[in-house]
Amino acid sequence: MSPDPHLPFTRRSFIAHGATLASLAATIPAFIHRSAFGLMIPQGVTPGSAPGFAEDRILVVLQLGGGNDGLNTVVPYGMDDYYKARPQLAVPVAGEVNGAITLPGNSTVGLHPAMTQMRELLDEGRLAIVQGVGYPNPNRSHFTSMDIWHTANTDAQGDGWIGKYFDCTCNGTPVPEGAIAIGRSAPLAMSGRIQKPVAFENAQLFRWMGADDDERLAANYERITRAGVLPGSGSVGAESQSGFLMRTALDAQLASDRIRGALGKRPLVEYPQHQLAKHLQAIGSMIRDGMPTRVYYASLGGFDTHAGQQGTHANLLRQVSESLRAFQRDLDAQGNAGRVLTMVFSEFGRRVRQNASGGTDHGTAAPMFLIGPMVNAGLHGEHPSLNSLDNGDLRFGTDFRSVYASILEDWMRTPSSPILGAAFEKARILRAGA
Amino acid sequence: MIPSTPQTRQSRPDAAGPLAQLSPASWDLSATLHLVNRAGFGGTPQQIRTMHDLGLQACVDYLVDYETVPPLPETAAGFRSDIRRPPTEEERAEQRRARVENDEAAIGRLQAARNQSDREDREQNDEMRKWWLKRMIETPRPLEEKMTLFWHGHFASGNRTVQDSYHMLVQNQLLRRHATGSFAELAYRIIRDPAMLKYLDADDNRKRSPNENLARELMELFVLGEGRGYSEADIKEGARALTGFTFRDDSFEFRDSDHDDGEKSILGRSGSHHGDDFVRILLSQRACSEFVCGKLYRFFVDDSPVPASPAAPAVIAAMAAQLRAQQYQLKPVLRSLFQSAHFYDPRVRGSVIKSPVQLVAQAVRGLQAHPRSLATLASGLEFMGQDLFQPPSVKGWDGGRAWINTSTMFIRQNVMVLLITGRQADFDESSNAEQTWDPSHLVTDASGAQLPPKQAIDALLEFCLSVPPHADRRAELAAFLNDYGNRIDRGSLLRMLGLISAMPEYQLC
Repeated sequence: MSPDPHLPFTRRSFIAHGATLASLAATIPAFIHRSAFGLMIPQGVTPGSAPGFAEDRILVVLQLGGGNDGLNTVVPYGMDDYYKARPQLAVPVAGEVNGAITLPGNSTVGLHPAMTQMRELLDEGRLAIVQGVGYPNPNRSHFTSMDIWHTANTDAQGDGWIGKYFDCTCNGTPVPEGAIAIGRSAPLAMSGRIQKPVAFENAQLFRWMGADDDERLAANYERITRAGVLPGSGSVGAESQSGFLMRTALDAQLASDRIRGALGKRPLVEYPQHQLAKHLQAIGSMIRDGMPTRVYYASLGGFDTHAGQQGTHANLLRQVSESLRAFQRDLDAQGNAGRVLTMVFSEFGRRVRQNASGGTDHGTAAPMFLIGPMVNAGLHGEHPSLNSLDNGDLRFGTDFRSVYASILEDWMRTPSSPILGAAFEKARILRAGA
Repeated sequence: MIPSTPQTRQSRPDAAGPLAQLSPASWDLSATLHLVNRAGFGGTPQQIRTMHDLGLQACVDYLVDYETVPPLPETAAGFRSDIRRPPTEEERAEQRRARVENDEAAIGRLQAARNQSDREDREQNDEMRKWWLKRMIETPRPLEEKMTLFWHGHFASGNRTVQDSYHMLVQNQLLRRHATGSFAELAYRIIRDPAMLKYLDADDNRKRSPNENLARELMELFVLGEGRGYSEADIKEGARALTGFTFRDDSFEFRDSDHDDGEKSILGRSGSHHGDDFVRILLSQRACSEFVCGKLYRFFVDDSPVPASPAAPAVIAAMAAQLRAQQYQLKPVLRSLFQSAHFYDPRVRGSVIKSPVQLVAQAVRGLQAHPRSLATLASGLEFMGQDLFQPPSVKGWDGGRAWINTSTMFIRQNVMVLLITGRQADFDESSNAEQTWDPSHLVTDASGAQLPPKQAIDALLEFCLSVPPHADRRAELAAFLNDYGNRIDRGSLLRMLGLISAMPEYQLC
């Protein structure tokens, strides 16, 4: 073993020598240089004060997988056609038992009764509801439509929009944990050409245990994880399967300690017990720890309610509502609420007419939620018409890429056209000066 | 139902062309190891030597014509078929009565019975995961299990939706029975499979209220592939053709009264199509063979984002042509592929990322690592993204690089730590750490004599890695062994295997 004399043997010295590594930038692949650099940011210092991070703003994306029934989420209880199309499934008129929750200054549209805490967020000026969000020629395949939302491209091709954001700023991601997804797989949205997200579901499994019986092996493991990706005679083609695996292994090692440290602390507020709440709690803990992560991703599945929708859907919406509320409370307690914008979306809504199985089939336009004190609270756009349908489906009023454009430009302070592939008119979802 | 054509052995590939046969001179131990890993779940060094001595053709025949190998004793008989039995007439009457009379005690009893059945079904599902994983580890017919796994990812159904583990077992046995038979027959049978019919809401697909789910996935994911020349209108018409296809208890049932017998037009063909006509029309499309062979290629040859060999499209086209010529019989295609020079091209070696099942089964079969706890391994598969009987969606598993992220990388490495050392990553059940395992058989020569340190390191790396080791790997292990006093014993072998399994390229097959 004759390592390059410039390269330290252990990760600890690897971090300590980050400055040395940075000075070798010309010969070190960009991502590893930045990996070392990113880890130099001391804990407790917000990213805003570290070079390479112009802003300390964070985006949290919550994906509702399976196609959330938008009509029973933001309920048009003032429209007769809603009750005609859904004789059993419609949410009763506001004021009736289990009726829709009203919204201030509006007598036609309300919230599903399971979402009381969303109404509280609205009252606090923290909830923006964008109605009728979709895209032209809607695709009703879960996978394709999800890919369309993830790539911000109606061909469903290419890299993820958040991945492209990282690729377009800072010459690619500055740190492996720049984007973190809580879940078993990394969403396409966060995957760019350079940027690859960290993804995990259980942080305790997020380390190698092979040296637990023999600590000496840790040094061998560190070298194994670094070899091949560092420059030199033995470096492996970046596009090869081996190159891909080696980069991922190194990213994993670099991110592991930091994340486990952040999640080890008790949260400042109580979260509900269900899984989505636990995932948002983990995100809250990482934000509190001052991790340099700009985008977090969480998801909840089960919205594909083809049959027996009523109870299932109410339960899901309750989880969403409770978790998001607890998350805002946590951010308040930390003093970080103003730094964090949360976006909630699903790949499509559902058909207007209920089906014969007490459920709804794949549809088109649906509402999005944006949450945080920086939003322009209230309803945005018009509720889609129920008597001017396109083959039984709602017509969209706002292209989802207008929402992305607003987030990218007004929140992340990045030109949106290079990421979205075209100029989209920004939805006015953030307060002026936010 | 199409008649199954008799087994054909005449289809030895042409000397030239994309599937030209491997020259006998190239059939070495490394090629044998590649075949046994790819067409199955690996084998011990001794098994690889035995397979090598058979020669290419006999070795491929041995793997492909597995019916000649005695099967494992059937162990699925112990699973219960009655956990989700439909209620009897009396029970239904009791349910109605309890609801009408608002008899809370009776409603509570019914709910408790339902909860009990939910629990038993989940437990049986867990047992089935262990049963199948064990089968894949122990089978003397590896290609049979490997293709069953392929079809589970292709005709994907999951028990969280099906909620009847016995139906999942029935589907698993269907996929196994036809694993290397006729794709056409599989397609006809899958639209009669209770688990699939439940999974894709066929029960709700009725004349007056068509449900498009099964029709859509037949076109998009099962037979043609997404975007291959069909329209939304074809899906709607296909759904009408499939109306009435449902199941009662454990059997397929065609309900005439729910079937829409009207005129339909699917992919330009008009008629009063029935579900089988729909499948027949799809099978008549050229896109079908290309789609299926493209997936077989990704599964067996190369799942890189960009194919490692420029010959890939021509090889897939040749496989598809053969599949069509053989009326969708799969064996001739697999036989040609496994004998082809392309299959052994250095560019496609190590170009498949091990599925979680492959990682685990190959470690136990090849290294002879102690399996520790099947329950732990089955949970491990779930954490690594391959929960048996519960693919993430009807799209199955994406495979390739989608298996790998920073999280699954650690879990993969830790599952190997468990297999090698018995040390437990926190999955769900305590493992049997006392079970010791001696890997010394990995570092012996053909005569059984122990190899000296340098050759032992080479043997381990060549056996464990599917790509030539990175330049530093030998040096790293040599440095470790040097610190260990250059002793080849159980302790040093376990540590070296731990390090090898943590090498990123260990994830390649």
